[in-house]
Amino acid sequence: MAALLEARGLHAQYGWTKVLHGLDFAVEEGGITTILGANGAGKTTTLRAVCGMVRTAGEVRFDGRDIAGRATEDIVRLGIAHVPEGRGTFVNLTVDENLRLGAYGRSSRTGIAEDFEAVYRYFPVLASRKRQVAGTLSGGEQQMLAVARALMLRPRLLLLDEPSLGLAPMVVREIFRIVRTINRERRVSVLLVEQNAAIALGLADQAYLMETGRIVQSGPAAQLRENDAIRRAYLGY
Amino acid sequence: MEILFQQIVSGLATGGIYGSVALALVMIYQATDVVNYAQGEMAMFSTYLAWSMMNAGVPYWAAFFGTLVVSFVGGLLIERIVIRPVEGKPVLTIVIVCIGLLVIFNSVAGWIYSYIQKPFPSPFPPRPIMLGTVVFGAHDVGAILVTLIVLACLYAFFRYTTLGLAMRAAAQNPASSRLCGIRVGWMLAIGWGLAAMVGAVAGMMVAPIVFLDPNMMAGILIYAFASATLGGFTSPGGAVIGGLIVGVIENIVGTYVSFIGTELKLTVALAVILVVLVFKPSGLFGRPAVHRV
Repeated sequence: MAALLEARGLHAQYGWTKVLHGLDFAVEEGGITTILGANGAGKTTTLRAVCGMVRTAGEVRFDGRDIAGRATEDIVRLGIAHVPEGRGTFVNLTVDENLRLGAYGRSSRTGIAEDFEAVYRYFPVLASRKRQVAGTLSGGEQQMLAVARALMLRPRLLLLDEPSLGLAPMVVREIFRIVRTINRERRVSVLLVEQNAAIALGLADQAYLMETGRIVQSGPAAQLRENDAIRRAYLGY
Repeated sequence: MEILFQQIVSGLATGGIYGSVALALVMIYQATDVVNYAQGEMAMFSTYLAWSMMNAGVPYWAAFFGTLVVSFVGGLLIERIVIRPVEGKPVLTIVIVCIGLLVIFNSVAGWIYSYIQKPFPSPFPPRPIMLGTVVFGAHDVGAILVTLIVLACLYAFFRYTTLGLAMRAAAQNPASSRLCGIRVGWMLAIGWGLAAMVGAVAGMMVAPIVFLDPNMMAGILIYAFASATLGGFTSPGGAVIGGLIVGVIENIVGTYVSFIGTELKLTVALAVILVVLVFKPSGLFGRPAVHRV
């Protein structure tokens, strides 16, 4: 399989503070890749670096094209949908309007109606709240809305930033189940960043482990799950 | 009683104009957190452009719509050329730039057109409209209608078009908007263009009442501030309603409170601003400002 997204020697910094120190990672076409790590390891910054939301150096290739240094909105328009930390909900707009905004950057206008249907099929709870202002949704529903909004772009790559954060275990399982379905049915590649290593390793095929801005381990997810050091530090048994 | 009705209708007419300028202020404020002090002078300049076209023999409505197009492009260019470089700078910087724009527009208008007042035509018949025994100025009624049409168009634009939705999104949450592929910078520029257009309508509606001169919008801008403060700087609809209320209050107080008359009318606007800021700072329809600390 060819790599859809590939980073080489990726550095990123906020002001004078360097956060990423030369990452190499790849997301296979059609695969699910996860980056694990503790708080402050630089997981969120990695996703932000892919989307041009921080100052970066190094190479980021999407489908063979170098996208490093491009404007966020141009990167998104190539088919990279980013579900950000904190979900990025438009809290004063309705569910329906949030989804319409998700479709704003797509390359083709055709098929929007079908995608609305598909998204409401994946997330039936959103269908019953179409006209509701998004700020009044529960945390889990807002996370679903964020994923649904990203799907409206009809992306080739989905970046997920800690979708489990602050949600009940049952809701988390539901969201991960849908992510897997989306990955299989719609051939959307996924780059998932998580603190919850157990659930992330269960979903992903490839995994990377980050510590203070560097990748310290990588390999097939199943293999990392068997690794003693990772099991003790991140899985807790 | 008839006098009261007449005063209310002409109050609504000028109030609609205050409301339009207030709406232009609110549109820019919501998108950028900046009060555009040059809004009134931009409207005045647009009105001069309309006057120039009519002077050159262009029929009224052609000049009217021509002015709207030129104003839109002008507002867009001002944002791109003058405001863009100071985007994200401290609010005071942007305020100073806006005041600079105010002075420039005022001076350039005076330089090109002189400070002598010019009559500006009304598109409505000079004959007053009789309703029962009450006489209404046709321009007053016409100005109210034009204001309502502008509002309806803007409402439809923001409510039903994708571009309008993207503009609202960009104003609320720029970071998320970029992640949806929205070019936030251009949305702000289009906002400035639309605000300039709304201001131009207000200018062309008020010029037949106050006569055209480079300072004609100075007082109106103060009334617009009062309207936006009363309605709430975070509420476009509130700004318009605020404008109508201020217009009516101003007229009634001017008519019935003898010591105020026409000379002290502007004080009414300042009193409204003061009272609102003391008792309900977010305005009648605004959301209170909440900041995370």
